[in-house]
Amino acid sequence: MKTIGYIIQKEFKQIFRNKAMLPLIFVLPLIQLIILSNAATFEIQHIKFSYVDHDNTSFSRALIDKFDASSYFNVITHFSSGKDANLAMLKGEVDVILEIPSHFERDLLKDKKINLAVIINAIDGAAAGVENVYINQIIQNFNKNVSVNLLQPSDKKFLPKSIVSIPSFWYNKTLNYKTFMVPGILVLLVTMITLFLSGMNIVREKEIGTLEQMNVTPIKKYQFIVGKLFPFLVLGMLLLTVGLVIAKVIFNIPMVGSLGLMYVYTVIYILVILGMGLFISNFTDTQQQAMFIAWFFVVIFILMSGLFTPIESMPQWAQYLTEFNPIKFYVEVMRMVMLKGSNFTDILPLFIKTLIYAIVMNGLAVWSYKKTN
Amino acid sequence: MKRFIGFITKEFYHIFRDTRSLFILFGMPIAQVMLFGFAITNEINNVNIAIFDKSKDATTQEIINKITASKYFSNKQFITNGAEIESVFKKGDIKAVLVFEKDFSEKLIKENKATVQIITDATDPNTANTVNNYVSSILQKYQQETNKNIKPVYQITPESRMVYNPELKSVFMFVPGVMTIILMLVSAMMTSISITREKELGTMEILLVSPIKPFQVIIGKVVPYIFLSIINAVVIVLLSIFIFKMPVQGSLILLGVQSVLFIINALSLGILISTISDTQQTAMMISLMGLMLPVILLSGFIFPISSMPVPLQIISHVIPAKWFIIILKGIMLKGVGITILWKETLILVAMTVFFIVLSIKKYKIRLE
Amino acid sequence: MKEKNVIQVKNLTKKFGDFTAVDNITFEVKQGEIFGFLGANGAGKTTAMKMLIGISKPTSGEANVADFDVYTNPEDIKKNIGYMSQKFALYDDLTVKENITFFGGIYGLSKSIIKQKSEALINELGLQEVANELVGSLPLGWKQKIAFSVALLHNPKVVFLDEPTGGVDPITRRQFWEMIYKNAHNGTTIFVTTHYMDEAEYCDRVSIMVDGKIEALDTPKNLKKQFNVENMNDVFLKLARG
Repeated sequence: MKTIGYIIQKEFKQIFRNKAMLPLIFVLPLIQLIILSNAATFEIQHIKFSYVDHDNTSFSRALIDKFDASSYFNVITHFSSGKDANLAMLKGEVDVILEIPSHFERDLLKDKKINLAVIINAIDGAAAGVENVYINQIIQNFNKNVSVNLLQPSDKKFLPKSIVSIPSFWYNKTLNYKTFMVPGILVLLVTMITLFLSGMNIVREKEIGTLEQMNVTPIKKYQFIVGKLFPFLVLGMLLLTVGLVIAKVIFNIPMVGSLGLMYVYTVIYILVILGMGLFISNFTDTQQQAMFIAWFFVVIFILMSGLFTPIESMPQWAQYLTEFNPIKFYVEVMRMVMLKGSNFTDILPLFIKTLIYAIVMNGLAVWSYKKTN
Repeated sequence: MKRFIGFITKEFYHIFRDTRSLFILFGMPIAQVMLFGFAITNEINNVNIAIFDKSKDATTQEIINKITASKYFSNKQFITNGAEIESVFKKGDIKAVLVFEKDFSEKLIKENKATVQIITDATDPNTANTVNNYVSSILQKYQQETNKNIKPVYQITPESRMVYNPELKSVFMFVPGVMTIILMLVSAMMTSISITREKELGTMEILLVSPIKPFQVIIGKVVPYIFLSIINAVVIVLLSIFIFKMPVQGSLILLGVQSVLFIINALSLGILISTISDTQQTAMMISLMGLMLPVILLSGFIFPISSMPVPLQIISHVIPAKWFIIILKGIMLKGVGITILWKETLILVAMTVFFIVLSIKKYKIRLE
Repeated sequence: MKEKNVIQVKNLTKKFGDFTAVDNITFEVKQGEIFGFLGANGAGKTTAMKMLIGISKPTSGEANVADFDVYTNPEDIKKNIGYMSQKFALYDDLTVKENITFFGGIYGLSKSIIKQKSEALINELGLQEVANELVGSLPLGWKQKIAFSVALLHNPKVVFLDEPTGGVDPITRRQFWEMIYKNAHNGTTIFVTTHYMDEAEYCDRVSIMVDGKIEALDTPKNLKKQFNVENMNDVFLKLARG
């Protein structure tokens, strides 16, 4: 036991003496948390809208005004020809083009129907779909007003029917992305730091030669590994705590559920990550290799965590793979506890999965560490 | 010149003799591109929903059929009272509950409007928003169909044309981003440890004493990695084209040239990082911690930059990845050429020059 | 002092694939001896030593250190030996005092003993001024002496030194050997590898390894007589050529 204490003491001293690394470990992640949490949103706003108005009547202008009034669209400019508009879209200056045909008002009144051409930049398919919905909504509204004004009372039954959808976002009424993103990004940062530090740790001692020295001492494998785990665990929890304070103070993230539960779960979670890091460190010969491998897994874990794109959207085999992604578990637990207020029994299955993962990873780390080769 | 070639040759040997790292350098990006191309998508499939139909008439039935017939949703159960909604969400399986109001058909005929409540579990705002949009879209389509059957009276019909990506494939949006991220991170990582390794091993002093000029050292270190990254980039592009069916509407040659430009950009960023780090550990922490999240989040890879708050949009201008993604999408999906992309290209060139000049300056300072 | 064998090696072999680094060596080391394990670079000295200190498993053969078998009880061996590696292996980012405290603690010494030994060590080596300086900032000779002393903190039966005098000036080398003598006099067995043939003169007995085999094993005096030369350097040259 005392032996572990000596290792822990040494590790802490080494971490805090490394003046270059300290800001990277503490300051950089927190700055990223504050800045980047504002970036993650799928809300569609300020869509670059342009139009070509061949009609040029107060009628067509009224339609344009409707788009102008909408918060979704920024009416940037108009073009005199479809060709110019298309060129602008190629350049990336506009993302939507509304083309109003000549005699728009006249033909609508005469034929009682007319088509409007809309061109949407669909590179971001999801956004395009949403934009299309908004555009339709605005045009429908305009249409309805027109019909109401123009129709004779007897024709009222020929008004277009509208099916109104009323969205209702439970647990997150304003669909505030930050509520979801801030804790999520915090998890990513804590994960990255703990994985990289633990991943490089043992292999660095290998490269310097101090690992050999350790192997000649009577220290037991588990003492060595635990001694190395503990300081990083503390570091991770420290980072998490400061991050949570920031989340509350700067972003006003609600914490519906038990903070204590989050903490306990986080301890188990960080143990998984540390186990992975140490395991990687045992197998590699150079810090470079260790970092590449750690990077490989981190990028996969991050992008497939369900934080940025939904897990439900992934093909079955990919969804199966996410069962091995610890970040995915954390994101789910965090959503359930912090946003829905779930209690321990609700998250029990996730808790157990993570616990098993932690035991396996750390077991592997201890087993793969050979004092005698 | 001969010394310079000798130096470059040494760098090549370093790299190619480390087979483990080589395997990682090539194998991993490929694995990631494959994985992400298939797994990262906004499209939804078989999302579990529940339906609370207060009307149970022909119209609601039609609409429900349309919804369940689509591949997007899977109706797991019918709810019969409001209290069930909460428990259904708590279990976690159902992502949305659709509530059709009473006397739906009647209201539609008499008052010309009827409502559907789309209740989503917004603890995952992404899915909630997407589900909401998809359902709205289906409802809108149904509405349009119904209205077509009415004797058209003052009917304005928008006809939307989706350009550059008519099938709204998610892959088209993400693959350029994935390419960019991987090229950038691998290149920056590789070179950032390159110089710091020499520093740590002590061989840097040998270089300092040699007659090789600082700028030769810098460029000499970048050259072998250029070749490596080009191979990586080619493989990734091939994968994108043949497996993910990404088109290349524009010029392949321009694509190649731009990719090389971006690779050099990322590599020089790596060199810059290495000049400000004393140990490999520091260099790697900066390249990974410092670059990973900002590049993923601010480059327009997943989240549209135009939706971000203005200060962030300004910051995104500093991220080289952002410009390259625009270039990639432009060439592959829009089919544009240098006449349209000159601005972005120039910015990348300027950034590259900046990184290299700064690196040489910092390297010189160390000499003194 | 009893003439007990503290290291016993019989037919010890280590192969890496097709390459035989240590080829069937046999020798003993008595308690209190200064045993020089000589050979050119790459002769297999370090590989052999690694097997004796329990961090490398032999391919075949037998070996006992401090009455423990290297196959079955490597961890017990480690309790009874000290080691100073080629790279000196102290933590550069810890101070002198902190290094001593750390290794003392790892070997299970009590706090009071660590304190006592720490003071003694610092005084003996004249390191009072730099006791709280980071080891990384010290000159090589000092690091080497500290590393040696740290290896002896827990009073091991045998101390293994791997090329301990690499890269230091002759005066420091001499001082180092004085330290070795002192400790051997107190009963510690010293097992030292080196490729400096003149250091062989300082040892009680030496063995010379050539290409994995032990080609000579005797006192320096006897070896010089045997090969009819004036110094150990020439003994080695004759062996290497022959």
